[in-house]
Amino acid sequence: MPRLSADCRHMVSFTLNGAPVSGEAEPRMLLSDFLRYVVGATGTHVGCEHGLCGACTVEIDGQPGRACLTLAVQVRGAQIRTVEGLAPAPDRLSVLQECFREHHGLQCGFCTPGILVTLDALLRDNPAASEPEIREALAGHLCRCTGYVSIMRAALAAQQRLGKKTDA
Amino acid sequence: MDVTADEPRPWLGRSLPRVEDAALLIGRGRYIDDLGVPPGTLHAAILRSPHGHAEIVSIDPTRARALPGVTAVLVGSDVQAHSASLLVGVKAPIECWPIATDRVRYVGEPVAVVAARDRYVAEDALDLIEVAYRPLPAVIDPRAALAPDAPVLHPGLEGNLASDRVFRYGDPERAFADAAHRVAIEVDYPRSACTPIETYGVVAEYDPGLDAYDVLANFQGPFSIHAVIARALKVPGNRLRLRTPPDSGGSFGVKQGVFPYIVLIALAARATGRPVKWIEDRLEHLAASTCATNRFTRLEAAVAADGRITALTWDQIEDCGAHLRAPEPATLYRMHGNMTGAYDIRNVSIRNRVVLTNKMPTGLNRGFGGPQVYFPLERLMQRIAHELGLDPLDVIRRNLVPRGAFPYRTASGALLDSGDYAAAMESALLQGGVAELIARRDAARRDGRLYGIGYAAVVEPSVSNMGYITTVLTAAERRKAGPKNGAQSTATIALDPVGSVTVHVASVPQGQGHRTVLAQVVADVLGLKPAEVRVVTDVDTAKDGWSIASGNYSSRFAPAVTGAAHLAAMRLRERLAHIAAAQLNVPAVDVVFDGGRVQARRNRDNALSFARVAAASHWAPGTLPSEADTAIRETVFWTPPELTAPNDADEINSSLCHGFIFDICAVEIDRVTAEVRIDRYVSMHDCGRMLHPGMVAGQVNGGFAHALGAALLEEHAYGPDGSLLTGTLADYLIPTAMEVPEPLILHHETPSPLTPLGAKGVGEGNCMSTPVCIANAVADALGVADVSLPLLPARLAQQVHGPEKAPRGKTPVRPAAKEAASERQLFGEGEASVDAPATTIWAMLLDPNALMAVVPGAHAIEKVSDTCFTAEITLGIGPVKGRYRATMELSDLDPPRALTLTGSADGALGFGRGTGQVTLREEAPGRTVIGYRYQAAIGGKVASIGGRLLDGAARVIIGQFFASLARQAGGGGRPAGLWAWLRRLLGFA
Ligand code: FES
Ligand code: FES
Repeated sequence: MPRLSADCRHMVSFTLNGAPVSGEAEPRMLLSDFLRYVVGATGTHVGCEHGLCGACTVEIDGQPGRACLTLAVQVRGAQIRTVEGLAPAPDRLSVLQECFREHHGLQCGFCTPGILVTLDALLRDNPAASEPEIREALAGHLCRCTGYVSIMRAALAAQQRLGKKTDA
Repeated sequence: MDVTADEPRPWLGRSLPRVEDAALLIGRGRYIDDLGVPPGTLHAAILRSPHGHAEIVSIDPTRARALPGVTAVLVGSDVQAHSASLLVGVKAPIECWPIATDRVRYVGEPVAVVAARDRYVAEDALDLIEVAYRPLPAVIDPRAALAPDAPVLHPGLEGNLASDRVFRYGDPERAFADAAHRVAIEVDYPRSACTPIETYGVVAEYDPGLDAYDVLANFQGPFSIHAVIARALKVPGNRLRLRTPPDSGGSFGVKQGVFPYIVLIALAARATGRPVKWIEDRLEHLAASTCATNRFTRLEAAVAADGRITALTWDQIEDCGAHLRAPEPATLYRMHGNMTGAYDIRNVSIRNRVVLTNKMPTGLNRGFGGPQVYFPLERLMQRIAHELGLDPLDVIRRNLVPRGAFPYRTASGALLDSGDYAAAMESALLQGGVAELIARRDAARRDGRLYGIGYAAVVEPSVSNMGYITTVLTAAERRKAGPKNGAQSTATIALDPVGSVTVHVASVPQGQGHRTVLAQVVADVLGLKPAEVRVVTDVDTAKDGWSIASGNYSSRFAPAVTGAAHLAAMRLRERLAHIAAAQLNVPAVDVVFDGGRVQARRNRDNALSFARVAAASHWAPGTLPSEADTAIRETVFWTPPELTAPNDADEINSSLCHGFIFDICAVEIDRVTAEVRIDRYVSMHDCGRMLHPGMVAGQVNGGFAHALGAALLEEHAYGPDGSLLTGTLADYLIPTAMEVPEPLILHHETPSPLTPLGAKGVGEGNCMSTPVCIANAVADALGVADVSLPLLPARLAQQVHGPEKAPRGKTPVRPAAKEAASERQLFGEGEASVDAPATTIWAMLLDPNALMAVVPGAHAIEKVSDTCFTAEITLGIGPVKGRYRATMELSDLDPPRALTLTGSADGALGFGRGTGQVTLREEAPGRTVIGYRYQAAIGGKVASIGGRLLDGAARVIIGQFFASLARQAGGGGRPAGLWAWLRRLLGFA
């Protein structure tokens, strides 16, 4: 990684949900702040800024990661996927999102973007994930509203439906 | 007053998908930090106290003000110049400012507000504000706060007691005198909070021409607080426009506590002449938002031989923290009508004291006042059974308010509206499989395992009487202040020119699906589909209907707000029926609204489209029948007549509705780790009529998870000096999916006769029933009388294993602490071998420049004397990087063999001081062993940031110091030795 000067802004470009974005950032700017305030992609939420709540989770080059623990300048050239990029079309929900809706997997919805990103990646990379594996992935996220019951239900339903889809 | 029991209700009671979800699932929510702000908006950051209690000797913001990008720095005197103290709810000579004025009283208390170009610059500026504190002794425990020699927080008050009231109902003295038994329990209920994942946010503007404030905040109500804010800002209510964003990321009561920050940020907007925005961060939230009260309670029961309770005596000492912030001491009085829980007990005496301590000020939190009452009450039920040799279920059964007694007036004045507690309980026992659990317990115990079962019976109040808090005043004081009572809820329904329907309520949801349920309620009345009804729930006090009772608290949505919407829809329908009647040529009573059409009851083909009738008042008011008013907009205010003010006997119907909960919990405690595993949890609810079963389940599951956290993990913990020990989410432990089991939820519906739709609140009950139910199960498993929350393995281990034995092996000798053990104490010792003669090292230790060169992160050294110098040090511990001003002094010089190094460091993030004894021993010519032993104390924010990180971090930093000392002195010790030494330092060896 090149040396960056702390008191200058630097150009940051990457691919966000399939489209190129760019903007200027001081080296210390967090990816979460860059997404929200520079790019205007406010779907990614910030609940703690110290890596524990999971609300800010985004996919960085195929891996879920904490946007609040990542600097914007670290993801130059990367492929970033956020909650805004999960639905197949603006007026259609993904299977996972649809299952969250059916099973009341959200209340205030503040934790939801991070949880969707994590589960989306999990169900893609490990379609046969066991219940404890799903639960463990979910354990990287704090939800204060649901008690997790409905989230687990939504995740299991999505897994089943996605499985059927590939079987068919 | 179930007004429409016989009406068809195609939508209500169904678990429809929520209208809220589509936007939230694709990242298109509109939370406060997602909304645009006007150009030129400044961003605020807040400097906060690192001390639990200290005098502010001086504040110098000069350097911060000079930082490019900073527009203003406000300190206490700036705030006092343009505002008044926040109103305090008791008659006592205390003030309550949203920022420290002369002293700080809790860790995290605001000391200065910076407004700058962006948040990064604002936080930079915080580091440049120089504050000198003179630490004062702190008081943390509510009972200790009452001691005559306790440190006093508010000098205006003699001690720390803000209110002391005694109540008496029936004849408790006589009941106690006649009782066969007395059973008592003492409880220290800890602090916790429901910590929404979205933190506080405020955007404020000030219009100097009108002297008016415009504030957007993720405030949740009650809007009685609007009056408190306006008064503090010294403007009439109509010059404080308070708006809420469309979405809010959870609240659970907590976001009521944003209001002191509304005042602060509004004043920053006034000072800068620019809009100012502030989004709280999580560290601020954990230190200085709000939380539930902790409370000491002594509860005693007069009990007959069969377990029947004839009287209760409550002695409650409520700890509201450093300030008595509105609406406190409401936590203590919200349950005042319900101090007998689900039981028929006619004689009660109560003493309520409110004290102030050096902790975060308390406020609304899910369950508000319930957990603190039900924990002692339901623990007592178990103790009565135990002490009298009875089955705990029989003790509960014998005391429940009997079937057929409803509506039942409790001794202290609550009107229990409906229920059949016995039936609900028996059904829970049956469906919950208690017989099987008891068999399981017997089997486990035969195997020597720790298995226990607990129960809890709870009345869940909802829809608070706005007058209950005045029970804290005497009857004479109340007469002087004027009556306070009722609970106005409001709803507006509007018809637009194409006849579509919009509903507006001032209910400020934070995830409870209000829009979905209201669409169902109104669709049923108007014969529409819920999707055709648009619901708006964000509030604008300048334009919307609202009252002091508006907002989202005391579980008032389902019982009260839906009722107001229902009544508004009914009124509008009546007018529309008159309009349609004229065109259909039938009497208005024969007009039916169904399937988007307005029809004649006896000839359904004689019909108009709903939209046509609904638009008529816009397009052709001249053609409306005379008896019909214009049907464009209908606003209803509804307040239940049962919510009267406290009477002269201090009886108060503190809430309108009373649900019932019966919980069963079975736990097993690991004999080795003392971890509590919940084997089964059963929760029976009577919440009246269920409007949306899916959301009811969501509320119960969510409340259960909060309660589980409060029972097993969560506590806002403070050290004796007032330092906060739980300042991050790594220390304040919120349960994850791994910790929360799925409870079995059961229902027994008895509709409330007092609400328009028969519904009662449901969201808070488990926060009242679950902590004590789990505690009862744990007490049963361990066979102990005393259990206290949170039930952490470390705490239970003592009860499982007995007191800890002294560890074996070599451990650092802990010198007797000179200071009273107040801050977090650190100890350590070590050795380093350096390739240099002792005299060289000695010379280095005495040369400030050489010494500071090896202090990690040191710069700007100044020599004060030959043996004393100061420096600035930048250090990072865990997530917290900060700048400290350090002083170092050398003493006990014994050249070239030994010296004592005393140092202290102070910074915005905390403070520390320590002493190290350094010895030099030449083990071979040209090779010296440096030995050191230190003790240090750390307080302030650093101490609250991962206390667990500290010991390790301190070892690493002190290790770095000696490693670089060795490097500077002799080009380093032998690599292998150094490595081994570092490993030892890091605690690996
Ligand atoms: S905001 Fe990133 S983990 Fe909480
Ligand atoms: S839905 Fe509110 S925090 Fe998860």
